[in-house]
Amino acid sequence: MEEKNLICISCPIGCHMTVTLDNEEVSKVEGNTCKRGAAYAEKEITNPTRFVTSTVKVKNGQVERVSVKTELDIPKSKIFDVMKEINSVEVSAPVKMGDTIIENVAGTNVNIIATRSVK
Amino acid sequence: MKEYDIVVIGGGPAGLAAAYSAKENGIDNILIIERDNILGGILNQCIHNGFGLHVFKEELTGPEYAERYANLVEEKNIEYILNSMVLSVDENKVVTVMNEEDGIFEIQAKAVILAMGCRERSRGAINIPGYRPSGVFSAGMVQRLMNMEGYIPGKEVVIFGSGDIGLIMARRMALEGAKVKAVVERKPYSSGLQRNIVQCLDDYDIPLLYQHTVSKVVGKDRMEGVVLSKVDDKKQAIPGTEEFVSCDTLLLSVGLIPENEISRDLGVKMNRKTSGPIVGENLMTNVEGVFACGNVLHVHDLVDHVTMESNIAGKKAAEYIKMNKVDTSGKKIQLIPDKGVSYLVPDHINLSTLSDDVTVRFRVTDVYEGAYVDVNFDDELAIHRKKPFLAPGEMQEIKLKKDYILEHQNTDNITFKVEAK
Amino acid sequence: MYDVLIIGGGFSGSAIARELSKYNAKIAVLEKTEDICEGTSKANTALAHGGFDAKPGTLKAKLNVQGNKMMDKLTKDLNIPFERNGALVLCFDEKDIPKLEELKERGEKNGVPGLSIINQEELRKLEPNITDDAVAALLCESAGIICTFTLNFALAENAYENGVEFFFNTAVEGFTKKEDRWIVHTNNGDYEAKAVVNAAGVYADELHNMVSSKKHSITPRRGQYFLMDKQVGDTVKRTVFQLPTKFGKGIVVTPTVDGNLLIGPTAEDIEDKEGVDTTKEGLDEIMEKSKMTLKSFPYGSVITSFSGLRAHDEEDDFVVEEVEDAEYFFDALGIESPGLTSSPAIGLMMANLIRDKLNLQEKDNFKETREGLPLTNRMTPEEHKALIEKDSSFSKIICRCEMITEGEIVAAIHSPLGGKTLDGLKRRVRAGAGRCQGGFCSPKVIEIISRELNIPQEEVMKNNSNSKIILGRTKE
Repeated sequence: MEEKNLICISCPIGCHMTVTLDNEEVSKVEGNTCKRGAAYAEKEITNPTRFVTSTVKVKNGQVERVSVKTELDIPKSKIFDVMKEINSVEVSAPVKMGDTIIENVAGTNVNIIATRSVK
Repeated sequence: MKEYDIVVIGGGPAGLAAAYSAKENGIDNILIIERDNILGGILNQCIHNGFGLHVFKEELTGPEYAERYANLVEEKNIEYILNSMVLSVDENKVVTVMNEEDGIFEIQAKAVILAMGCRERSRGAINIPGYRPSGVFSAGMVQRLMNMEGYIPGKEVVIFGSGDIGLIMARRMALEGAKVKAVVERKPYSSGLQRNIVQCLDDYDIPLLYQHTVSKVVGKDRMEGVVLSKVDDKKQAIPGTEEFVSCDTLLLSVGLIPENEISRDLGVKMNRKTSGPIVGENLMTNVEGVFACGNVLHVHDLVDHVTMESNIAGKKAAEYIKMNKVDTSGKKIQLIPDKGVSYLVPDHINLSTLSDDVTVRFRVTDVYEGAYVDVNFDDELAIHRKKPFLAPGEMQEIKLKKDYILEHQNTDNITFKVEAK
Repeated sequence: MYDVLIIGGGFSGSAIARELSKYNAKIAVLEKTEDICEGTSKANTALAHGGFDAKPGTLKAKLNVQGNKMMDKLTKDLNIPFERNGALVLCFDEKDIPKLEELKERGEKNGVPGLSIINQEELRKLEPNITDDAVAALLCESAGIICTFTLNFALAENAYENGVEFFFNTAVEGFTKKEDRWIVHTNNGDYEAKAVVNAAGVYADELHNMVSSKKHSITPRRGQYFLMDKQVGDTVKRTVFQLPTKFGKGIVVTPTVDGNLLIGPTAEDIEDKEGVDTTKEGLDEIMEKSKMTLKSFPYGSVITSFSGLRAHDEEDDFVVEEVEDAEYFFDALGIESPGLTSSPAIGLMMANLIRDKLNLQEKDNFKETREGLPLTNRMTPEEHKALIEKDSSFSKIICRCEMITEGEIVAAIHSPLGGKTLDGLKRRVRAGAGRCQGGFCSPKVIEIISRELNIPQEEVMKNNSNSKIILGRTKE
């Protein structure tokens, strides 16, 4: 049995949790105030993931960068691979919030989507 | 002179929510005045996620939250003007505005909602000695430069202050290829959200140096580095602990100050702790028909809380318009921050304007684990709530039931305090 | 060949240039930095001193009183703000009242009008925020406040409009005396002139010593300051000095012409002639000493702190003369406080010396007045509205703390000797000079400079050419 302290990042409350590991498997999660905490703890121990937010170059728009995000969380280890791809693309205005900018970014099966509209 | 029932100053999250809420509560003649060229305020530069869990029940980025709210306002046909600066509001609620289209012009309002947000504290305000080279920026300014305009101010960065903007910018700069050498915090704890320490610093191996300060800026033209020192319990640099760290950029994330210049000129009374207006439970200031919400009232951590607070301001302003007056003759119950509590919003409850439960928002003065927050109506303990984790960086809220307040009409003071373990 | 080369674009050099531009002569100013008002002139208490402090009979005393008297007409001609708000010297001990009387007598000897000693009660009435420790004060009605930047720019611009040439980033490296001329060697090549004026601030000793066997030695004397928010700008109405006590020379608390409160300076002799850094000790000292004057230090209202240098010559007086063993070489040296106040008089005195030496003739088309920049804060609402009718960019706020419009910034960039840097524009129109210190407007000002000068934003500087602000673009 092993105990690990985690701070939940699922929402801004940031619950302080204690996770009990049994043979590297999560056997108990304490300190969370919602279901998402337990799910986060499980994931963080076995396969940590993160959302990535950044910007992408835009041509002919009212601004020169459009904000983007990964539509879902991606493996933490892939963050910089994702950034590399984000940095290499350029889109043309108009862009609408929710538009797909990159499909299957860095082989994660996750899309990069625009988080604002650019006229 | 154009006339509106409600003029909302500021088209950020507070102003948008207040206007939308006023509309929902039956007022059609509303104008939002925004100084930037886009609605949404600072949210537009906050491209990270974590917004909207309470209001939209999903996790959004700042621009998404802003655009969704702006769309709601558009759908409701609420009037707004962009690129427009409010120069003043006088006691008759004449709002003087300036923009490129119409020059300087006046608007007559029946009610005004102050929603101007806040600004960042500057280097001068925290008194860092040294030269004044280029390379010293406020974190929010760099956030705008990077996220909206695509410029990066430097390659080797030290961040002073572990507030949320500082933490978020540490990650942003690391992701864009800069070397973030350290985040420096004078206190023994962070004033930012815990989760941001995990996902913005720990993930990128960025050290967070507690009880340290930037004791000097080095470099005459462009920054060459900073001298860091350990601090004592009074946050004063300890001689002999100086350490030079080379960097070309220093970001300051050392606090936000509500922007109340217009409010002050109008005669709105301020709370010294929050630097925001003193308001009752209806979020009305001492000037009748002038309401305040969002970061101009007190600095929030979460936009969701701003929205919820602003909903109240919009609703109360709508009620004020419909009744064409406000009755403040009722008994006033004072809210008093006691041990461990640094401020309370609202400042008081007026029984003649009380129409709903009252959400009291506050900050604590220290970090507490396993403590209780006690609310006393005079000598009677009304609420004794367990709080596993309390920190000054995380705003708290406790709801006071309307019925309970009415049952305790004779109360003079409601006191909030922290009972440490 | 020039008739006169003036070295230094501070307020001495600029005042001399303006006075000399009244004559038919070919004149240039050589400035080693990228802008006017970059050296000793840029940071001081921004006062028009009454003149009671200087020792009678000294050049300081004479030029101070004369300069003070010239300020009304000069500031009107140049269209810059000036206010005779009056000054007080506080006395904290009944036993020290004779010292106040001494000061008053000294002032009267110097020819300072409007001096009187007031008791505690009168003092309270004049300045309610002063501590009860102050028991009496010397009141000097002729003292005033002025903006050091605008005075310097206005003098230089007016000189420029009257034909004086300005060369920036031009540092003097040496001199050669030929028969009828001085050859001035600089990093940008040689300049030749019949006469040379040395107005090089803290470096004036080095230039002087290149040509004369009678050596001067200037010590940079650093003064640190706090600048406070306009919210507390009316804490005092007058400029408030302290009588020196056993704790040393006092500090000044003064309103500024722009409505801020300024507190300082320290007085520290240092070695580095570029040593304009602030120190914890210095800032602490100001805070401590200000508590003698003010009931409370408005700590939360600090918007910035800064340092300036005074060019203190070991002889402890202004030197405005032709160098004895270097004919046609003139010094304006040791110009420390009250240098700003004295500058119009220094300009006049030096111009007269040179006029007589070179036998210069007055020109008939000297333009005495300067229109200056269209600053909306100084306009009536009607004037501002009329300007907006002509150009709508004067309704587009860029700096929201100081309410500075795009029109003003653009005008300042394209004005004679216009500002090309963030600091240059801050000093000309106050964009970024307010409570947020450029937090909101710097990106916009950078964008405007970039657009107006047609340079990439990465090439826009804070001040000198080593002070890049933005180091690159994301995604590139």
